[in-house]
Amino acid sequence: MSVTTFKVPVGPQHPALKEPENFTFTVEGESIVKAEVRVGYAHKGIEKLMESKTYLQNIPLVERICGICNTAHTICYTQNVEYLYDKAPPRRAEYLRVLIEELNRIHSHLLWLGVVGHEVGFDTLFMYVWRDREIILDLIEALTGNRVSMSFTTIGGTRRDISPQIESKMRKGMDILEERTEYYKRTVPVDPTILARSKEVGILTPEEAVQLCAVGPMRRASTLRDDVRSDDPYAAHDEVPFNVISYDTCDFYARIMVRVDETLEAINQVRYCLDHMPTGPIRIRLPNTPPIAEAVSKVEAPRGEDMHYVRSNGTDKPARYKVRAPTLANLAPLLQTMTSRGKYEVNVADIPVLLAGIDPCMCCMDRSVRFVEPSKGKTWVWTMEQLKKYTRKSVRRPLSGNVAGR
Amino acid sequence: MSLAAELFRNLVKGRATILYPFKDREKVHVPEGLRGKLAYYRERCIGCSMCFRVCPSETVEMIEDARGKRPRFYLDRCTHCQQCEDVCPTKAIELTKQFENLGFNRKEMILE
Repeated sequence: MSVTTFKVPVGPQHPALKEPENFTFTVEGESIVKAEVRVGYAHKGIEKLMESKTYLQNIPLVERICGICNTAHTICYTQNVEYLYDKAPPRRAEYLRVLIEELNRIHSHLLWLGVVGHEVGFDTLFMYVWRDREIILDLIEALTGNRVSMSFTTIGGTRRDISPQIESKMRKGMDILEERTEYYKRTVPVDPTILARSKEVGILTPEEAVQLCAVGPMRRASTLRDDVRSDDPYAAHDEVPFNVISYDTCDFYARIMVRVDETLEAINQVRYCLDHMPTGPIRIRLPNTPPIAEAVSKVEAPRGEDMHYVRSNGTDKPARYKVRAPTLANLAPLLQTMTSRGKYEVNVADIPVLLAGIDPCMCCMDRSVRFVEPSKGKTWVWTMEQLKKYTRKSVRRPLSGNVAGR
Repeated sequence: MSLAAELFRNLVKGRATILYPFKDREKVHVPEGLRGKLAYYRERCIGCSMCFRVCPSETVEMIEDARGKRPRFYLDRCTHCQQCEDVCPTKAIELTKQFENLGFNRKEMILE
């Protein structure tokens, strides 16, 4: 009996996807034999725009690469610019950066846990977690003046200091959050709904994780113990102690537990930062123009390793800026988890759960432009020169004036 | 068991929402240090253009009036990043706690 395969397109507009991406699944009956992804639907042109703004003006822009892990991107950016000057921020600012980064991690992981509850069909968990997330959002608002876009870090330090009132509020908030997160940690391993949808779903073996360069909780759920905070400490992470969490079941269940445990670790890190916060200034003033140099900085975002590259050319604007967001690195492992191989079978019903498993943030990731002609199945990439040549050939009238002008 | 406790706790708690635009305006939680609507004090301004230089979203335009150079703010473009307040040497700009910042006409959103 011959087996017929079908192609199931999912996206760019689809109820199971929160963001526009296109997946094509080749299915044999119920099991997926091949998964393909086409990215580029949410390209925002941030890198190009950054080249036309000064280093200080770029901070709010970098923050908008990703809404949820905005702190990771701002810390990465400001750190990167400080590398250009070859200056380090004051110690207190570094502690404040760790503090806000871990608060952001708690917020991001709780948000993700709620989404997972929703995806596996356990909406009570979703409601519980998102209610508790309000505590952390209120704390962030009290510290930075905004719930999500924090604008806390700046070149040479941080912009706000922590007051004793906010500190005591934060300690109380952390106590409640710890109690609640412990409760989720007890609930997840015994809840039949979560176990049925997560155990032995989306297997990614350690070898595959290394080969396909998985990052963040996705990598740590496959027994590997890699974390930028411990491998290559930045800010005050060399002093703030924490355990690198890893689980050995390599499935979706491990990804849930890694994130729940990381939330607990982050709570402890916040407490340590509050206890051991050094005194002193929170910011050093740096000149507007950095020297000609290039730099790379890495930050462990809630979704994994975030990498930024900058090259300066002696003006107050960067000559080139490159962002590698964690979701891009996690796409290849995602496709691997979505492919049936050997005795391991993936069903169509697992797609939303597996997709949620990498904590996707597609619009952080869409950086490059690739031209696609779907009818011929042809794809290609143009250099800037080729693109200019094409534009000159096809555009009859010369472009003039400020296009976006007032 | 814990669900039942949760249920009873929520039953006695009362409602969590407020009838915001119509009633209970004072009950809206506004934290200290909220980055709200921009306020500008002409008498303190020296026209140094620092706010113009740091603004990421082209909210600030420098104009001339009888007393010399001064900024004009297009509030519909403001991202509330507070960088103008941070750099202002004379504290002529302040981000107030007022969070209602809407208008039906772009011309209403210009702060002179």
